[in-house]
Amino acid sequence: MNVFHLRNFVELCYNSLSYAALLFLLASGLSIIFGVMRIVNLAHAAFFLLGGYIALSVYRVLGTALWTLPVAMVVGGGVVAALAMFIERYFLRRLGQDTLAQVLVTVGFAFILFDTNILIWTGDNYMLHRPWPLDDSTVIGGISFPRYRAFMILSAVMVWAILYFAIERTRAGAIVRATVDDPQMARGVGINTNIVQMSIYGLGVFLSAMGGVVGGAFLGVSPGIDFQVLPYAFAVVIIGGLGSLTGAVVGSLVVGFVENFGTALFPELSYFALFAPMAVILAIKPTGLFGRG
Amino acid sequence: MGSSSFIERRRMKYALVVLAAVAVVTPFLDDYYQTIVTRSFIFAIMAISLDILMGYTGLSSLGHGAYFAFGAYSAAILATKVPGVSIFVLFAAALGLSCLLAAFLGLLAIRAVGVYFLMITLSFAMVVWGLVYRWHTVTGGDNGIAVLNIPTFLGMPIGESTPFFFFTFGVFLCVLSVLYILVQSPFGKSLIGIREREARMKMLGYNTWLHKYLAFVISGTFAGISGMLWTLQNRFVGPTDVELVTSVEALLMVALGGPSTLVGPIFGAFIITFLRYWVSLYVERWYIILGATYIVTVLYAREGVLGKFEAIMARRRSRANSEPALPQSQKQTTESHT
Repeated sequence: MNVFHLRNFVELCYNSLSYAALLFLLASGLSIIFGVMRIVNLAHAAFFLLGGYIALSVYRVLGTALWTLPVAMVVGGGVVAALAMFIERYFLRRLGQDTLAQVLVTVGFAFILFDTNILIWTGDNYMLHRPWPLDDSTVIGGISFPRYRAFMILSAVMVWAILYFAIERTRAGAIVRATVDDPQMARGVGINTNIVQMSIYGLGVFLSAMGGVVGGAFLGVSPGIDFQVLPYAFAVVIIGGLGSLTGAVVGSLVVGFVENFGTALFPELSYFALFAPMAVILAIKPTGLFGRG
Repeated sequence: MGSSSFIERRRMKYALVVLAAVAVVTPFLDDYYQTIVTRSFIFAIMAISLDILMGYTGLSSLGHGAYFAFGAYSAAILATKVPGVSIFVLFAAALGLSCLLAAFLGLLAIRAVGVYFLMITLSFAMVVWGLVYRWHTVTGGDNGIAVLNIPTFLGMPIGESTPFFFFTFGVFLCVLSVLYILVQSPFGKSLIGIREREARMKMLGYNTWLHKYLAFVISGTFAGISGMLWTLQNRFVGPTDVELVTSVEALLMVALGGPSTLVGPIFGAFIITFLRYWVSLYVERWYIILGATYIVTVLYAREGVLGKFEAIMARRRSRANSEPALPQSQKQTTESHT
């Protein structure tokens, strides 16, 4: 495929952008959770996949009209977030700032979810249904644009806008920022940091699981997807810097574009295309582009 | 966790007695259990190599599956492509390639600390897995590589399970001795110093970057051996052998057994390997057990099984000493101090 042919180039850009959107849905929650709680949530991709599985069941019950898509997003995100908050309350909170312990516990839950998913939904590969208006492509100037990809971009932009507004402009955002900057002082002025942390963990996981509902119609829903997307989420936050929303945006765009163009240029070694920019950025700035260390 | 040379030496003495007992008993077990014991030793090599980095230097790596993969695939490729290849060539290749890989990755990873170090090493392992999975022409992709001819060792065939057990056990003892000498050396002490207070070590004039880098390379190099042995024992290597789980399991073996002791990770490797192959006889869903093991380890045995065991023994000893003299209330204070 000639990447530099205009039509291919536009198509690749569109694909990269939509892939970046999906990565943003996955990685923004990971980044926020780290930014506020200093927890490396290795179960993040497992929650992503669980969201997809729950959407599968929602579609089975409600059918696959257009309105079931937002329902699936809310139900998938909500159920998984509730589970995550339970895990935060009874397991993660007890660990303090012991990174290794956090890693072991979150990986533990990732493995437990992996097998539980197989028990409940079997090991088959499913593809989530795309409601009818999104199932088609729009042709502009001889180039076809699959509409579902546009929906992914739209979802990511909306999530970004809501998060940005919520963190920068609302009272809740101010409380969260205060908790990040100085937890002790935040407790001193009467902020219940435990509740803040639990809510943030729930929110981050909600975003991930909702991303799983959106992405399930694109990547598919099958055991192993979780461990396949995890390095992408890490690449995003390593490049962008943990804990930064802007970093998550930039990181998703870098990984989305590099992955798609890299695969087009060197199909056999596409993982290296992901690795190269990460290596370059780390060599320059070990905490990522927007990370605070 | 101040493990002095004395404690380390005493632990090693007990461990050698247990290991000798295992070596005597194993040949009398049936093939299945011999295989499990052999595999435990293979993973023990990986676990003690990882512990040099994780326990002694304080850098938890989630990427040791990468060296395992390099060792395993170099052995598989050489043994299938080069007829009559010597086992020493396989050794040299596994050591050399994992050393090169670690030397390269270390340049990127050592700059990072804490969480970033974890995530970077994890990404490295995923990249190596991706390479193995997609580079069909060299690695066979999904199909893996079957190794039909196991090379001889100094003219002795080691293909059967008992000879292969002794071969693995020998290699394991060599690796253990080298790493034991390493951690008891001034270099090993400097690593512990870096773990405890890096800034102070820097001020004392140590080149801490270089020390950490060397620990990274040594750790990776020895982990490559376990991959090589795995291929020879299994007579097959595929992408599932080197996936993320391999790296994370190595981490669990160290954490479960007891980091910053060489004996602990050996325990950890045995517990996890036995759980894996034993549980899979009865339950199909091994990952639930594995995940639960992670969580229980963290909640109830933060210092590892060995640490827990030693703490219990120490408490019992102090209780025995203080029993006659101290009244109830004081006895409890002594306990809480141990």
